Amino acid sequence: LDYQHVQVPFEITLWIMLASLAKIGFHLYNKLPSVVPESCLLIFVGLIMGGIIYGLNDKSPPVMDSDIFFLYLLPPIVLDAGYFMPSRPFFENIGTILLYAVVGTIWNVFGIGFSLYGICQVKAFHLQDVSLLHNLLFGSLIAAVDPVAVLAVFEEIHVNEKLHILVFGESLLNDAVTVVLYKLFRSFCEMPAIKSVDVFAGVGKFFVVGLGGVLVGLIFGMTAAFTTRFTKDIRVIEPYLSYLTAEMFHLSGIVAIIACAMGMKRYVEANISLKSHTTVKYFMKMWSSVSDTLIFIFLGVSTIGENHEWNWPYICFTVIFCLIWRALGVLVLTFFVNRFHVNTITSKDQFIIAYGGLRGAICFSLVFLLPDFHRKKLFIAATTVVILFTVFVQGMTIRPLVDLLAVKRKRESAPTVGEQIHIRFLDHLLAGIEDISGHWGQYYWKDKLEYFNSKYLQKILLREYDQPKSSIVLLYEKLERKHAIELAEAGQLGHAPSHPSLLNDDRIVITDKKLEDTLNPDVLENIQEILARNLYRIRRTGPAYNRHTLPGETEPVEHAKEILILRHKSL
Amino acid sequence: MGRRRGRGSPGGTPAAQSDAGLRRDAERSLEMTLVNPNMNKLFRFGQSCKGRRVIRFSHSQITRLYSRFTSLDKGENGTLSREDFQRIPELAINPLGDRIINAFFPEGEDQVNFRGFMRTLAHFRPIEDNEKSKDQNGPEPLNSRSNKLHFAFRLYDLDKDDKISRDELLQVLRMMVGVNISDEQLGSIADRTIQEADQDGDSAISFAEFVKVLEKVDVEQKMSIRFLH
Repeated sequence: LDYQHVQVPFEITLWIMLASLAKIGFHLYNKLPSVVPESCLLIFVGLIMGGIIYGLNDKSPPVMDSDIFFLYLLPPIVLDAGYFMPSRPFFENIGTILLYAVVGTIWNVFGIGFSLYGICQVKAFHLQDVSLLHNLLFGSLIAAVDPVAVLAVFEEIHVNEKLHILVFGESLLNDAVTVVLYKLFRSFCEMPAIKSVDVFAGVGKFFVVGLGGVLVGLIFGMTAAFTTRFTKDIRVIEPYLSYLTAEMFHLSGIVAIIACAMGMKRYVEANISLKSHTTVKYFMKMWSSVSDTLIFIFLGVSTIGENHEWNWPYICFTVIFCLIWRALGVLVLTFFVNRFHVNTITSKDQFIIAYGGLRGAICFSLVFLLPDFHRKKLFIAATTVVILFTVFVQGMTIRPLVDLLAVKRKRESAPTVGEQIHIRFLDHLLAGIEDISGHWGQYYWKDKLEYFNSKYLQKILLREYDQPKSSIVLLYEKLERKHAIELAEAGQLGHAPSHPSLLNDDRIVITDKKLEDTLNPDVLENIQEILARNLYRIRRTGPAYNRHTLPGETEPVEHAKEILILRHKSL
Repeated sequence: MGRRRGRGSPGGTPAAQSDAGLRRDAERSLEMTLVNPNMNKLFRFGQSCKGRRVIRFSHSQITRLYSRFTSLDKGENGTLSREDFQRIPELAINPLGDRIINAFFPEGEDQVNFRGFMRTLAHFRPIEDNEKSKDQNGPEPLNSRSNKLHFAFRLYDLDKDDKISRDELLQVLRMMVGVNISDEQLGSIADRTIQEADQDGDSAISFAEFVKVLEKVDVEQKMSIRFLH
């Protein structure tokens, strides 16, 4: 038995298999996924495994190595997110996203840090020795919203596109702020005296980290796009390289990957063959799925053990302050945002943004990276509790709360059938008019970028310089070739618009019953339900990004295919 | 806003220069219909069909819409055809795409010029607060609530008899609803809609009844393009 030889890959693969088995079993129960988000289940499995290992070996199970997390587990998830992020809603809301990510995170960090320092002053808690700087350091790592956790939970609740992109974009971009503040406070801890020059240097460093990350990402993105001009093969390696390069220069790796993925997507998709394109998509989905699973399991495993020092007041107040400061931050910032935009962020949206601020594995890894000082275990314990609290409690209760809020709003006025239809009609009309008038062209810089793109970039980076086809047109062409025939043959599109004569016959038959039928409340409910399920949604009411399905397979796109086929028939 | 000044700005590249030239021509032709040339921020269009209707766009809005018009106009002949509209990808998957495109073209014509383009879009300008309390005896602006609703009504009412019949309603419903609904169900939905709205018992929805159904809905906000604020 040569276990030592294969130990490391064997254990990892065993854990992956265990995780997938747990997931399958989890989904077999129909009711469970709607109550408990998948991430909770994975942490739970990890907890059990950690307990088993602890019981068997009687020593702490292996703690997730921060290097493994940051170098191997995190990049695939961020790459997947950045690649499939729909760029139009992202850039439409970029101002709001940046505001939440930068200002919101800074607000949270200082708020939590200072209030925890205030708690430490209370003599009864025996926390005198935790200095302000330590508290600020802790605040900087606990305040950041985690994209992995947010993604995992937001799949379960169906929010509209704009809200989804706000929370998700914020969780991705606050990495830059977190990195800067964390490193800043850590270096302050080691310095004997802090001058104001250092503080200003910190502020300047923030811009360097953020913009530098974007620059590195764009460089690698353009390289990837340029390379695909000459080959039809897969290019996935450039974004990962951009992440590593950015980390090497102490810039923000997450921002670099996102910039790389968004920059290169347009050109790479136009250049590589269809097969490679599909391969890239599925490959990224698989990688990010595996990564995600591993992270949560590791999180569970690492919780068990003797790494913790339990000081209950500190921990409880940490949780409370995280919630309070996040809620306050969202309220204040939304107040400012709503003054500049016609399309306001409603209070229900604000609640979701505030309550959806989940912490996850990034905080966990950062706390393990802290230099060893005598209160480190306290911080580890507090971080663990916060993460478990947000993932379990907030993750599980956000959906019922959202439904509760939605139901409350609905009770104010039940729309009649006619209202529903006409409102949807107007929504489609407005969406069409906005598309005609080119609503995205509103932004001066976007126009400039498009101009720059069409004049220079396309010539360099695209293989054949013709009118770049959007994914919808590509979809339509693909349809014309295969699916239209298949679907028509399968009889799904058998509904030709009925002739008026047939309709009149129907009406004569049921005229007598018509009035009573339509007044029947059961019939009404039936109609409402039919409409709710079947009216085509306007483009922007679905979630922007889904972890488990490719962009081509979600429901709105199925509807789009149907609409295209119907119109093609009628043309 | 008004970052770009159309007149007198030096064109950078030859393309931009001819753009500026075209824009100057367009503005000159707009100027010919100016009612009050002393207002330097707002232009007014006058239209002669169906009485005088007045629409108002600011200079920057006109410039922006003009650049959109030219980017859609692939043939570069100053007018848009139906193919130019159909080239917009998002419109292809809009259930009402064909009807919206048809709304831009005047009766029986296949080309629409910039003035017609603007006129249709003027329905979707948000109603500003200072306009609401404006004088009632002036001509009604195109973006009033009543005119917005009339625009939508005309999209339903294809035969232009000022009534939405059951068939017209069924056609629109069929466009907006998936393939899983049978004709009978659709018919009963249409019946219910008409029955809720119908007050004079003609089994069709007139414009007044249409307005009444939507009286609780914030049409001004729903039918306004946000960026034109």
